[in-house]
Amino acid sequence: MSRLEALQIHAGYAETTILKSVDLVIPDGQVTILIGPNGCGKSTLLKTMARILPPSRGHVLLDGKDIQTLNTKSVAARLGLLPQGPIAPEGLTVRELVAQGRFPHQSLLRQWTKADEVAVNGAMETAGIADFADRAVDTLSGGQRQRCWVAMVLAQETELILLDEPTTFLDLKVQVDLMNLLTGLAHERGRTLVIVLHELSLAAAYADHLVMMKDGQIVASGDPDDIFTTDRLKQVFNLDASVLRDPASGRLVCVPFTARRRVTEAAQ
Amino acid sequence: MSQITATTTAAAQHPVRAWSGVPILLIALIAAFLFHIAVGAKPLPISTVFEALVSFDATNFDHVIVQNLRLPRAALAVVVGASLSLAGALMQGVTRNPLADPGLLGLTTGAAFAVVVAHTVFGFTSMAFTPWIAMSGALGAAVIVFFISRMVPGGATPLSMTLAGAAVSAFLGTIISVIHLLNQDTFENLRVWLTGALAGRDITLLWYVGPWMLIALIGGILLAPRVTVLAMGDEVAQGLGVRTGILKAQLLAVVVVLTAGSVALAGPLGFIGLVIPHVVRLYVGSDYRWIVPYAALTGAVYLVSVDIVARVAIPPREISTGIITALIGAPLFVHLVRRRTR
Repeated sequence: MSRLEALQIHAGYAETTILKSVDLVIPDGQVTILIGPNGCGKSTLLKTMARILPPSRGHVLLDGKDIQTLNTKSVAARLGLLPQGPIAPEGLTVRELVAQGRFPHQSLLRQWTKADEVAVNGAMETAGIADFADRAVDTLSGGQRQRCWVAMVLAQETELILLDEPTTFLDLKVQVDLMNLLTGLAHERGRTLVIVLHELSLAAAYADHLVMMKDGQIVASGDPDDIFTTDRLKQVFNLDASVLRDPASGRLVCVPFTARRRVTEAAQ
Repeated sequence: MSQITATTTAAAQHPVRAWSGVPILLIALIAAFLFHIAVGAKPLPISTVFEALVSFDATNFDHVIVQNLRLPRAALAVVVGASLSLAGALMQGVTRNPLADPGLLGLTTGAAFAVVVAHTVFGFTSMAFTPWIAMSGALGAAVIVFFISRMVPGGATPLSMTLAGAAVSAFLGTIISVIHLLNQDTFENLRVWLTGALAGRDITLLWYVGPWMLIALIGGILLAPRVTVLAMGDEVAQGLGVRTGILKAQLLAVVVVLTAGSVALAGPLGFIGLVIPHVVRLYVGSDYRWIVPYAALTGAVYLVSVDIVARVAIPPREISTGIITALIGAPLFVHLVRRRTR
């Protein structure tokens, strides 16, 4: 079963079409990770699937209905989006930021309720930011800040969560913590996650379903064990690398061939 | 750590606590309002002011002073102060620019320019047209400033918007001066108005623009929670279910009506929309849900108070109200620029 799928979509900006006939089915309750070189259209695909960008052709289906025909708020109650590098207004506190995630559940008549309070506290607890709930977001470190944004999307209480490069510019340890948090949401709470990532080994380690894109098309998708191979990395990224299995975790990692080895060879 | 926590504000997220400042501000507003009416060339006791308001006696000269001369001016200060502050708060949220203000982004000069041109060049002196002329001027200036700042490499940053606003204001201000030189006579009755004055304004204009401004004030407060969402960026806002295009158009309409109405009523008063939201933030924090309504109330108290000073500072003469708001606002503007560009 799948609640979110893309059917033959073409999309882009102004004159340039970036996505060309993309079909993608997002498996429920799993972590789907999109990778591909810069400009391959992975962010565009994410935005199109989140209804931010209307496709020029084709359809995105949410629960079987064309997402463009649904109203903005009803989509936001089912599907949460964390765009790339969001910026909080100066001085906004963590609690205030997370509380914005309740927006799709509120209206003029139905303002702040107990359910909102519970959702916000729960989201801050899950994201591990409850201790600095009353601090201003712009005084926190990059990793803490990113957790605040994740908490905001969590407070939205949507089954589907789409994230665009949530780990960029973070230390490796912080990236790993964040990915543990995100995959936990899928595996322990049944949420469906779609994440655009830059870091290849991280993608291979955490994806249940890996999608590799190039030039606006999907080149391969499936279990990382099947598609995360030396040949694919060469084909998609034009990257020379070995793919190894880490004996400790059983996960695949990619090790790029470095220039240094060639220099030493040349010196000999 | 505890220091950082201490600097965050009382209001955040607790509706009961957040509304706590409203009664205080309302009391301050009523007190300032009555005091504003009581002071002047003929000081009146507060009790007389109160009587004149609740049980008017047409044969009592003091009552006539209150009703015909002083009440309209105090009412004007309330409406204009609330409008400019609320407009400034909305603009700061939408443009994500802490330096946004109807004056700094050229809207007030645009409205004033349109009124001056219509008045002196085309001879539109009817008051019924003034608000509409002012609105088209404010809207025109807003659009021009926005497009100029968009064309700047790096896009519409706080700095490029402020610079574009300054350039457009300076340009329109120069044309106003040229018109002034060419039409000394017709210009005479606009001269005081152009410094931003609450004195001697014809109150009937309030009946033309008041209802529109009231609708815009209420609309602005209702839209305020969305402004915080919008201030986090278009994509975040859309992801949370905000229709950003429609919201921006609504907010622009609110800001234009409030600014143009204020300019039509009291001339281009500067810096109120900049100063008040920043003062309000010290108490309610950074959520526009609270900044916007508090800015409206605080702005009303502020302009009534400033106008009291304008009336009593150098008796028997009066200072133009706009001169005082500029004297207070300009140093704060400089402070904000220094803090932002460090």
